[in-house]
Amino acid sequence: MSPRREQWVGLLFAMPWILGFLVFLAYPLISSFYYSFTSFSVLRRPIWIGLENYREMLGDEVFHLSLKNTLAFTAGSVPLATVAAILVALLLNTRVRGMALYRTVFYIPSLVPMVALGVLWLWVFNGQYGLLNEVLRRLGLPDPAWLSDPAWAKWTLVIISIWGTGNAMIIYLAGLQDVPQSLYEAAEMDGARWWGKTRHVTLPMISPVILFNVVMGIIGTLQTFALPYVMFPGGQPARSTYFFSMYLYDNAFLYQRMGYASAMGWVMFLITLALTLLALRVSAKHVHYEG
Amino acid sequence: MEGIRLLGWLAVAAAGVWALVGSERAASRQAGSERVVVTYWEKWTGDEKRSMQRVVDAFNASQDRIEVRMLSISGIAEKTLLATSGGNPPDVAGLWADQVVQFADAGALEDLTDLAREFGISESDYIGNYWRMVVYQGRLYALPTTPGCNALYVNRALMPPEYDSPEEFPKTLSEFDRFVDRVSRKGPDGRLKTVAFLPRDGWGLWGMPYLFGGGFVKDGRIDVNGPDDVEAWTWVHSFAERFGARETQAFRSGFGNYSSPQNPFLSGKLAAYSDGPWFGNFIRLYNPKVDWFAVPMPHPDGRPDLAGYTWLNLNTLMIPRGAKHKREAFEFIAFVQRQPVMERLCMDQWCNTPLARVSREFLERHPNKAIALFDRLARGERAVRPVQMGIAGQIGSEVGNAVDRMDLGEATPRQALDEAQKRLEELWERYRRQVLAR
Repeated sequence: MSPRREQWVGLLFAMPWILGFLVFLAYPLISSFYYSFTSFSVLRRPIWIGLENYREMLGDEVFHLSLKNTLAFTAGSVPLATVAAILVALLLNTRVRGMALYRTVFYIPSLVPMVALGVLWLWVFNGQYGLLNEVLRRLGLPDPAWLSDPAWAKWTLVIISIWGTGNAMIIYLAGLQDVPQSLYEAAEMDGARWWGKTRHVTLPMISPVILFNVVMGIIGTLQTFALPYVMFPGGQPARSTYFFSMYLYDNAFLYQRMGYASAMGWVMFLITLALTLLALRVSAKHVHYEG
Repeated sequence: MEGIRLLGWLAVAAAGVWALVGSERAASRQAGSERVVVTYWEKWTGDEKRSMQRVVDAFNASQDRIEVRMLSISGIAEKTLLATSGGNPPDVAGLWADQVVQFADAGALEDLTDLAREFGISESDYIGNYWRMVVYQGRLYALPTTPGCNALYVNRALMPPEYDSPEEFPKTLSEFDRFVDRVSRKGPDGRLKTVAFLPRDGWGLWGMPYLFGGGFVKDGRIDVNGPDDVEAWTWVHSFAERFGARETQAFRSGFGNYSSPQNPFLSGKLAAYSDGPWFGNFIRLYNPKVDWFAVPMPHPDGRPDLAGYTWLNLNTLMIPRGAKHKREAFEFIAFVQRQPVMERLCMDQWCNTPLARVSREFLERHPNKAIALFDRLARGERAVRPVQMGIAGQIGSEVGNAVDRMDLGEATPRQALDEAQKRLEELWERYRRQVLAR
């Protein structure tokens, strides 16, 4: 087969993906950018209104609140989930009998569908009969109204976010198994104990993996939707759990303001991009790449 | 050569996909060789779906030209919206009446005025309050299926003797407030055990301003912060003050799902509960031991003219714009409007009827023993329809947030409503400019 023909055949094989990309990603992306400058109800033709949607966002209190809620959730959830995933991965990287079973058990929660998870957690966090408050009461600790007190509602979601760290944990585990044994041996010869080895060998060696998971975590939490949508309809109480993606969804599908929702989507894209770049810049001195 | 063969396979695959899509479209036109297939999307599941399926089956058996195929789907409003936008909507969509205006403003609905006239369907066939919910700017955009309206369910076992019958139950709000104090009680641990009534729980919170003679819209203008509205929400907020905001929060956080044995009324946490006639079915399903009676909401003191308040809702059948079989779809909708069909459906779904004429059998054999009360309230002058405005969803969201803020002590009722009013005026102005002006 001539190189040119080979090229064509290769393209043909890649065609399903290319077509899928063009139809399901490129076209919606480009059209949503256009719609963000229009008044568009989905059912009628969009009308060009220039920057009005973006101007509206500047004075839209609910937009600001939903953005603030989302950023606060990201700030609480990403570090906590990162620490939890690393700790579990470290535990699952030890040599203990039946480790395959433990790894499976810790990974399974991340397979539970979000809606089912939401219903389950509603019961765990139930203020009067919930499992968590029952335990807290027995320990003589305060038992907050997790679901109806604005001071606690967001924290409820942050705590739940630990539940879904299975995917990150698997990636950390792969990273941990890639750390050369010789480095640990050298550290031991220098008198390092568990914490010393973790701090000076393990964490630096898996720092690219940490960066990857943090960036993915930021992107994921900025788009949080299903869990608060199920557990806190309308962002109750007092919109304390009203996240950016919920407001975007309400504008697009409940209020038929697809133009405004598209503009919100692009703003979120820019925020995500900025936070990702910030994470890359901040981490530049701390991430160690081999070679 | 290999490349040509590959191209051939790809062409066959593409033809297969096209044939599948094409066959789906063909199926929507014809079933077998004769019948026109009318696609019908409905939001109901469970018992409600089964009862509507019986109506569909009866229609299909009643003639041999049309076959209605009902599909129960979640998120029906959003899906109907997108399907209509994509030019492939269902022929019939079972949406709520409070979506008529928004969908009509967006040009998403077929105007049914002429078809209704042709089929001999007119306003006089319906309870006026329900008919007005499907008419917008003088045009008919939907027809009713099962309606609802709210009254107060009372758990007799939790009543002291002076309140244990509809006749003795409070008629005015000051009497009702005394009843709340009398019946509500705390357990040995100091926590709320039973509360007589919480206006935020049950169905009908949104009608509270109307209970006091206020409302969300006055003279075509959004007005959520008038004196009557402030009085109404202050009364709603008084429950959080009476029991303590924190304590009420903790108490309410122990409530289970609406349609479950943990529903606060069914579990004995609330002694009185505002809901529609269908709630009788939930009592039967989840706690048939509850001995209950139903009464109208009490009215404000010194305002007997405000007695008989009820908050209406209505399930409807609409034809989305671009439906392929508009006439056949309407034939099915008209079938549902027949008195025996409608009454059977309403009895199966434990609802009152939207029709002006009601049979004696309907009132006597209806499974909800208080159906006569619901029927009377729905026909009354104090029956309140949901807001007929394209931003009704935002009104609910803003007022809901205001009520949350009052109860949390973040704002006084006046402040919270003023802020909601300001935001709603901006939203309405924008809606008028961007949607109605077009």
